[in-house]
Amino acid sequence: MVQGLIRTLPMALALVASAFTPIGAHAQSEPIRMGAVVSATGPAGFVGDPQRKTLDVLVRRVNEAGGLLGRKIELTVYDDQSDPNSANTFAKRLIESDKVDIVLGGTISPAAMAMAPHAERAGVPYISTGAAQALVDPVRKWVFRVTPSDRLQAQRMLQDVKDRGFTRIAMLSENSGFGQSGRKEILSVAESLGVQVVGEETFGAKDSDVVPQLTKLRGLKDVQALVFFCGPGPAGAMTMKNYTQLSMTQPVYMPSAVLSPEFIKAGGAATEGVRIPAQAFVVPDALPDSDPQKKPALDYHRVYREEYKVPAMPFGGPTADAFNMAVDAIKRAGSTDKAKVRDALESTFGYVGLLGVYKMTPADHNGLSVDSLRMLEVRGGRYTLAK
Amino acid sequence: MATDLLQFLFSGLTVGAMYALAALGYALIYNASHIVNFAQGEFIMVGAITAAVLVEQGIALPVAIVGAVLLTLLVGALTERLAIRPAQGAPLVTLLIITMGVGLIIKGAVQLAFGKGTYSLPAFSGDTPILLGKTALAPQSLWVAGCTAVVVLVLAWYFTRTLGGKSMLATSYNPLAAQLMGIDTRRVLMMSFALAGALGAIGGVLTAPITFTSSEAGTVLGLKGFAAAALGGIGSGAGALAGGLLLGVIEALTAGYVSSSYKDAVAFVLLLLVLIFMPRGLFGSKVTERV
Repeated sequence: MVQGLIRTLPMALALVASAFTPIGAHAQSEPIRMGAVVSATGPAGFVGDPQRKTLDVLVRRVNEAGGLLGRKIELTVYDDQSDPNSANTFAKRLIESDKVDIVLGGTISPAAMAMAPHAERAGVPYISTGAAQALVDPVRKWVFRVTPSDRLQAQRMLQDVKDRGFTRIAMLSENSGFGQSGRKEILSVAESLGVQVVGEETFGAKDSDVVPQLTKLRGLKDVQALVFFCGPGPAGAMTMKNYTQLSMTQPVYMPSAVLSPEFIKAGGAATEGVRIPAQAFVVPDALPDSDPQKKPALDYHRVYREEYKVPAMPFGGPTADAFNMAVDAIKRAGSTDKAKVRDALESTFGYVGLLGVYKMTPADHNGLSVDSLRMLEVRGGRYTLAK
Repeated sequence: MATDLLQFLFSGLTVGAMYALAALGYALIYNASHIVNFAQGEFIMVGAITAAVLVEQGIALPVAIVGAVLLTLLVGALTERLAIRPAQGAPLVTLLIITMGVGLIIKGAVQLAFGKGTYSLPAFSGDTPILLGKTALAPQSLWVAGCTAVVVLVLAWYFTRTLGGKSMLATSYNPLAAQLMGIDTRRVLMMSFALAGALGAIGGVLTAPITFTSSEAGTVLGLKGFAAAALGGIGSGAGALAGGLLLGVIEALTAGYVSSSYKDAVAFVLLLLVLIFMPRGLFGSKVTERV
């Protein structure tokens, strides 16, 4: 008995001591703790790695310029290796052990979805960069999302389809969470716009070819346009190569997930004419000078290239917006009090980010509309604004 | 309908040839040592990525291919020398796990050296599809088929007609007896790994124009290649070929006629059935143990 007491005594003393740790006394010199979980390695590594780099350089620049509210920002980034289970664990760790003031990230939708409940339960603001519609629908008090939803992508694509006078389309979707969410949105938006989806197929992200699926789509009658809902990676270029091989000619739409220099490099001439709805910051040089989004976009590209000596990929955009919006909200709240920061986030209105102009409201924790998406087209081996 | 079937068959045979080349790599090392080399997928990936990077640097395609094959051959030899040989005498399971570790190391090294992006090779003779009626055949598929046939013939000749190949087989039947006959079993093992590396690189380079490659590509290829090898009977060259082609065709036909969602499922269900009812695969040799 005595032995047991002796063993637990130091722990008990430590617990009591920690209860007396002054909290408010030196809050001024306390760093602002930001936490993030990104998929820097694993299958989504090529998306998450630029995101981590973006966070690193932005935090460094803010700290070099004197910090935020006179305090340094302390960034803790965990790599979930593209595994939502790890994201789940790291979110818990950020909130409970690292005691961060705000959480950012969630490169892939499953990871972001795993992180959200922890932030909601603990009352910590969370700005997520996953694309899933379910992150902000239904609206949760502490969860915000910067990435435009799949529904916006679907709306932008189908708006263009209608503008060009097409009414019958066929679809190929990836059987990942992203692809299936996109497929659902396309089907529901098409129905409301009066566009008919005459047939559809699915494929796996790691498949070596989609010729059987495209052959079936080719056999459908009277298809005027095609939607290929591919995720990031080689799938997009591979699909276009197969499409060319089968001598298919209908106009093709793809989601912004395929946007990368590698899509054009790997797909080559097969990618000409593909239309992709995307945020303006992806092609800053094509924007008119009067566009409010041009300067932030050019700044981001410049900062990234100065720091890492390679051009910025679109993948870091959502993360930059999440970070900058967090900084803006904390400034407006005047402190890191979680409830105040949350309220400031919810009233972010007219904020010009990389992904668009954000108009957050209590009913809309994403803040982006269809106008934030421009229609891009691959022409002459480059991404240009479609006429 | 017939054109569709033909299209599915072409697609399936092309992918199947890719699986067959991977399975042949497994067969090679298994024949020499009964080791299943789970880094075989990574060998394929290293060959493809090296060639892609060299081409990007401006080196002519044939030179890049030769360079990639030689590099992967070296990687294979180094695997044996640095990872397998020090563990000689360890139980087979240990060696299998070591090969898994080697695969992870290779993947990590490639990620560090070349990043995580997607790479592709230009098709050897262009992209214009050859049209047979309404069925389109990519010229690269003919390259894949032709080279696979050549590889299979060369391997068959190697194992049955040359001393090098026969000593490899002898080492796998009974290493002690082989040593007593004057065969340097350690050199045979290194040769088998080096050859498997070269074979993997050839497969990778042939199919990179069709399927692209990235640091992640080795994992799925290794898995499907192993499935094809087990299907055909691991260790048998004919089995590797048959297993690979069969797997590719069944995948394509399932995607074409049933549903693309079940494609992967069907291949692995088939593998399960074969392993339960015909464990040595379609062409595997009877495994007997002498008491």
